[in-house]
Amino acid sequence: MVHIDAKEMPYRALNEKIRALAAEGEYSVELDNVCGQKYIGGGLKGKMKIDVRGIPGNDLGIFMDGAEVVVHGNGQDGIGNTMNSGKVVVHGNAGDVIGYAMRGGKVFIKGDVGYRVGIHMKAYGDMVPTIVIGGTASDFLGEYMAGGVMVLLGLTQNSHPQPTGDYVGTGMHGGVIYVRGDIDDYYLGREVIKSEPDAKDIAIISRLVGEYCVTFGCDFDEIMRKPFIKLAPRSHRPYGNLYTS
Amino acid sequence: MRCDTKVRCERNPSGCAISGILNKKGKRIDGTKIIKSIALMHDRSNGLGGGFAAYGIYPKYRDYYAFHVMFDDEDCQARLEEHLAQRFVIEKDEKIPTVKVDSIHNAPLIRRYFVRVDDSKLENKPEDDYVVEQVMDINSNFAGAFISSSGKNMGGFKGVGYPEDIAKYFKLDQYKAYLWTAHGRFPTNTPGWWGGAHPIALLDWSVVHNGEISSYGINKRYLEMFGYKLELLTDTEVIAYLFDLLVRKHKLPITVATKALAPPFWKDIDRMEPSQRRAHEAIRMVYGSALMNGPFSIIVGCNRGMIGLNDRIKLRPMMAATKDDTLYMSSEEAGIRIIEPEPDQIWAPKAGTPVIGLVEEDVE
Repeated sequence: MVHIDAKEMPYRALNEKIRALAAEGEYSVELDNVCGQKYIGGGLKGKMKIDVRGIPGNDLGIFMDGAEVVVHGNGQDGIGNTMNSGKVVVHGNAGDVIGYAMRGGKVFIKGDVGYRVGIHMKAYGDMVPTIVIGGTASDFLGEYMAGGVMVLLGLTQNSHPQPTGDYVGTGMHGGVIYVRGDIDDYYLGREVIKSEPDAKDIAIISRLVGEYCVTFGCDFDEIMRKPFIKLAPRSHRPYGNLYTS
Repeated sequence: MRCDTKVRCERNPSGCAISGILNKKGKRIDGTKIIKSIALMHDRSNGLGGGFAAYGIYPKYRDYYAFHVMFDDEDCQARLEEHLAQRFVIEKDEKIPTVKVDSIHNAPLIRRYFVRVDDSKLENKPEDDYVVEQVMDINSNFAGAFISSSGKNMGGFKGVGYPEDIAKYFKLDQYKAYLWTAHGRFPTNTPGWWGGAHPIALLDWSVVHNGEISSYGINKRYLEMFGYKLELLTDTEVIAYLFDLLVRKHKLPITVATKALAPPFWKDIDRMEPSQRRAHEAIRMVYGSALMNGPFSIIVGCNRGMIGLNDRIKLRPMMAATKDDTLYMSSEEAGIRIIEPEPDQIWAPKAGTPVIGLVEEDVE
């Protein structure tokens, strides 16, 4: 394990240091006093684990390919941007556009997330990106989603009528979103259909909720007691005839 | 920019940064914190604009309009001074202190004038209206001179450079303000020039803005009907003038004004309970041309306090936090944590929902 004091360290220097350590075969790095440094874990290949203490900057885990980043606090915008494989865990809230164009790997957020989470995530073959959110999401969850799996638990929903904002799944044409609780049809994009999860869906949800509970230490049975809904696209080409008819 | 083999060509990952600090009790602090906050987000700007607005900095001249003026040269200065002397009573004028900073080039001459308006000039016109007219006239018609801020007991300090360098240039660690806002600029489709840096200010309104106002044309034509002149080559000017029009002139409460600028969608208005629905319908019908479209997060300052606002679908970032009597806003959470590691509350304001912080009592 290597400690890096990131206090006032420019993001380039910090990321170069992490990449150099990875090249030397170091498998575990702990960053202290992080405040706003962007691209942490960016493009990292291999199995390195990075613990982040403080507030990491935008695009944490961008293009990441195999590493694991654990943020012990809140994250900012763009976590897991175009990530290929690996895992990001955030023990707090996260900002907007989490998992933007994500192609593989996992992102676990303990608390709430902002706008456009899961925008245009995609999947191919074995590459199925996954985002699990413990709290609530703002508008445009799963916007233009083309593949992958998202699970929203709404554990911080409290008195709010539903765990998401508006325009859920707008433009969605692939993948699936599982939401614990319910969403009024009014808040769904016209491209998604709401249904009850089947046994196969429940198996996927159970696996991911199980991983969430292990990661953040919470009661699996308690979470699973409330039913989930499934959101899937009506069509794989919702705009196929947009300019032709 | 041209790419050649001599200079490594790199993507410039920028996007503007804004930050604001308000002490609601009017307690004044020096510029150290706001500089630290905006400097943390250095990489969001590209060196083509940085600036600060500071409130409460001129208590000795609190009843005078403080004109911060940029000049191309001494000749322009002499001509403008003659012009000002005919229209205002100048209580004091001085060079704004600056210090040489290597990265700051081509600075204009910058002076400040503490002025008041003689009653004989007003002809029953509100004093603020007279000042607006004069500032607009000078900024539109007076080649080589530009009034960058014109409020009482406040000032805008801005230029072409990174914000932390601009702060050094203007020695902002030596001013004390109860409200600071700051901007690091990445000009999208407008030129990077000294006057076009943020804050964009008029009277005591100041605006720092991340994003772009794609409704600029509609807003501009609307404002022109009320005599505003929009010639600063930046979309951000409409925000300052819309606040002046809606809040100062039309006396709308700030919450109502923000509902005109970033209104709920019609489909959501249709679902409101009747009294709310009628109110929102009225705002949208009367102030349809004040609606600001396009991505924005803004912090608006005035002597009364600070207003943060996002566009209706949150296409730009904004975080807010409180600690005791202080309200913070910033493009990034890190921009707050660097100066307030343990806020009482920290949150991401929702789209179109203003964060309003007002000073609670008269400022010393």
